[in-house]
Amino acid sequence: MRHTPPRVALFATCLVDLYRPTVGFAAIKLLKEAGCTVVVPEGQTCCGQPAYNSGDKADAQDIARSVIALLEPYDYVVVPSGSCGGMIREQYAALFAADPEWKLRAERLGARTFELVSFLVDVMGMTGVEARYEGMATYHDSCSGLRELGIKGQPRALLATVAGLTLAEMEDAEVCCGFGGTFCVKYPDISVRMVSDKVERIRATGADTLLAGDLGCLLNMAGRLQRLGHTVRVRHVAEVLAGMTDAVPPIGEGQARQGGAR
Amino acid sequence: MLTTSPAFKQNATTALADAGLQKALANAKAGFMQKRARAVAALPEFEALRDLGRDIKNHTIAHLDFYLDTYARNVEAEGGKVHWCETADDARRAVVEICRSVGARTVTKGKSMIGEELGINEHLEAAGIEPIETDLGEYIIQLRKEPPSHIIAPAFHLNREDWIEAFREKHTELAPGRVLDERKTLIDEARTILRSRFLAADVGITGANMLIAETGSSVIVTNEGNGDLTQTLPKVHIVLASIEKVVPTLEDACTILRLLARSATGQDFSTYTTFSTGPRRAPDLDGPAEYHVILLDNGRTSMIGTEFQEMLRCIRCAACMNHCPVYGAVGGHAYGWVYPGPMGSVLTPSLIGVDKAGHLPNASTFCGKCESVCPMKIPLPKMMRHWREREFERHLSPSAARFGLGVWAWFARRPWAYRLATRIGAGTLGFAGRKRGRFGSLPLAGGWTGGRDMPAPEGETFQARYARLRKQGLV
Amino acid sequence: MAALEQDARGRMLGRIRRGLRRGELPESVASGLVERLKAHPRNLIPARSKLPRAEQVALWKANIEKEYGTVALAASEAEIPGLVADYLASQNIPAVVRLAPDPSITSLPWHDRPLLSVAAGRAEGTDVVSVTPCFAAVAETGTMFFPSGPHHPTTLNIVPETQVVVLRQSRIVGAYEEAWDMLRREHGTVGDGPTGTRFMPRNVMLVTGPSRTADIEQTIELGAHGPRRVHVILLQDEQP
Ligand code: SF4
Repeated sequence: MRHTPPRVALFATCLVDLYRPTVGFAAIKLLKEAGCTVVVPEGQTCCGQPAYNSGDKADAQDIARSVIALLEPYDYVVVPSGSCGGMIREQYAALFAADPEWKLRAERLGARTFELVSFLVDVMGMTGVEARYEGMATYHDSCSGLRELGIKGQPRALLATVAGLTLAEMEDAEVCCGFGGTFCVKYPDISVRMVSDKVERIRATGADTLLAGDLGCLLNMAGRLQRLGHTVRVRHVAEVLAGMTDAVPPIGEGQARQGGAR
Repeated sequence: MLTTSPAFKQNATTALADAGLQKALANAKAGFMQKRARAVAALPEFEALRDLGRDIKNHTIAHLDFYLDTYARNVEAEGGKVHWCETADDARRAVVEICRSVGARTVTKGKSMIGEELGINEHLEAAGIEPIETDLGEYIIQLRKEPPSHIIAPAFHLNREDWIEAFREKHTELAPGRVLDERKTLIDEARTILRSRFLAADVGITGANMLIAETGSSVIVTNEGNGDLTQTLPKVHIVLASIEKVVPTLEDACTILRLLARSATGQDFSTYTTFSTGPRRAPDLDGPAEYHVILLDNGRTSMIGTEFQEMLRCIRCAACMNHCPVYGAVGGHAYGWVYPGPMGSVLTPSLIGVDKAGHLPNASTFCGKCESVCPMKIPLPKMMRHWREREFERHLSPSAARFGLGVWAWFARRPWAYRLATRIGAGTLGFAGRKRGRFGSLPLAGGWTGGRDMPAPEGETFQARYARLRKQGLV
Repeated sequence: MAALEQDARGRMLGRIRRGLRRGELPESVASGLVERLKAHPRNLIPARSKLPRAEQVALWKANIEKEYGTVALAASEAEIPGLVADYLASQNIPAVVRLAPDPSITSLPWHDRPLLSVAAGRAEGTDVVSVTPCFAAVAETGTMFFPSGPHHPTTLNIVPETQVVVLRQSRIVGAYEEAWDMLRREHGTVGDGPTGTRFMPRNVMLVTGPSRTADIEQTIELGAHGPRRVHVILLQDEQP
């Protein structure tokens, strides 16, 4: 075992910061359980993806420089999102292709940056969690996490150790939900069609809970499920793994239902 | 070919509401994906072959001048003729001239995406020459006077009823009351009608899946055999090929062929893979007397040395569109030009200009599925992002989006302002939505709330709550 | 016109070089590339066809059958006309056959089967059955090589509704690359092209089963334009 616990910087992401702070606290809890010292560096905002994916390279580089400078001092950077994790891990270096100095810094940071669940399993060797969740869940593989970072088995392995939870695989779990950052508002018709297909797959499993590791996708799928009047509970996988589902109602559900249901 | 790419958004909306199209898409796409997955799983070396395929193409493009020149000299040594065509216009002129030189009245055609790029059928017709598409998918869309919607399955968007309707309307020489319900009956009817056209044609035009520098051969890959009838029976064979089709040797071609059919249709190998090398030899009993290759540039040389060079590796297998959720939702016609799906979203702006095709690289979630299945490992999302960068630099992106992005980036670079704004924003929204947990509509968020509810934030931001709890010694 | 095209050639090659940020390749590099063409190195050959001989032959057979070809075994050449006649009768196909004008086919004892009407030559539009020899067959996918030549008109492979193929078992190889090397060995002559050798016939068809299409509703139907049936008579000319 390690003698000094690794110092891990949690980069919460702007969506978690703004929408779902509980995911950040769930991440802290899980990281501590795995034996890490967790720091939340002050002054973090966003990883810069919206600018990067919109072709605004200059702004994306500016933001990346400050994120790199902010996170460099730690042993690891952990991000509760595959797409923001992938941005720092894989894309920052590409942003600085023409700037050797920053490229090197980006690569060094990228090599120490991980998405939360894959970090717990692959780096910290976590094999199980002490959590309970009553329900049948289905897990959506978010695109960046799956294809950029190879996250597939890790969340399923940990979910298998959650007491009371059964996992039902949906068909096409690897197909995009149609979120795509600004895509979902630039091409709403196509996006809604994609998320509607996803909703059908989710419903076909009979699961009462939908889990994923990316808040963007979760907001998208929750928004569509709820627009169609379906009662599937939507949560970030970290909330379930950390046993923190009592702390907050499912995404898009108010205190009203929470109170009434319990 | 004329483009409707600028109207992508409207095209997509129309496509999503087209019940017939949606039925055809739903029937077709799962099959392609499953067949590819099975074929790939059955070949343990598939991944290694992808690396090799990529390397072969990279090597070829890095020495493209050498390989094209060698290829052309070999074609000439075998008695064929190479027409170097810089533009679509040059190519169209060359084709029409060859046809006129033999007094051609009808021309049979195998499937060729370059033919589509040139709009060669319209030009032949204008010159008084009748082009006859012989690939069954191309044949039906020629009857229906519409462009292909897919690069290997041109009639991807059609259902059986559409075939029956077109055959009844156009095959007026046959009994109107005939039974046409089965796929088999339809194919037999097309076979009979097209057979007489094959035998009567003066010129046969095919595309080329590859050109072999070592031997001066052109390669076509089909399942129907229409390409072979097209290039064997008439007096003249014209090959339409673009410059990036060349590979060095037969061995290199084999490596790519092992990837092509598996990626395209999920077959281990296509039914017919044919290597053509020059015109009929003196003692031969059949084959064309003339063999011409139209070697087309049409914007490709200007991709070399840019961030789009890797696109020249594309072997037109269609795996990217077969696996693309956007293509699967809207079909190929929405993209508005010859090449749909992810490969089109990268290639079309190069060939017709990003000012016209600007929507295409934006209409992607960057889900990365295309790159993960591309046999040539082309980083399609990365190149779409490069197009977005060019659009952004040239101020081609919509100004409202630029403004929104600018405001957001301003905050993202200033943590104090970000903290303030997010606290107020999250607090307000959280308070307003705390009962129901979501919003059915929100000002300025119509793009989202048109089809989805907007989940409400918890209220306090993560960073604010963290700071508060820390002060209290609770984290 | 010719001068103009020469220019187009020069301009296209020039643009490629500008894109690659270099001039014409130095002689040393170019000659290395010519050497690679002459050596035509094999890339990766999948392991699946590297098998003991009997299994390799069995793999070829399994693969062509998977692709809707049919196979009959002949112990000797003398059996072939009878196998052809029986096959045609079993399929209700008229016994009028166009033979490849290749001695290995025309010299078979066709007269043993007087009901079979045979003539040699290229295929015409009215021909319904052809009998062709196969140059080589590839176990990897069941694919058969048909190079064209005076004895091997291409039309025989594509015009008739039924193609009967006579394949000698000794001509089955593992991979495509081995078949190309056979062609280089058996057809190679000195040529005036850049590599100095010439071996490609005008046309080489690689055929893997009967013609088919999936253009209607992505569902396979056989017999689109080419042969509806590919029936292979495998002549067992190897010692077990
Ligand atoms: S981009 Fe790749 S997947 Fe798409 S057609 Fe080209 S080679 Fe095939």
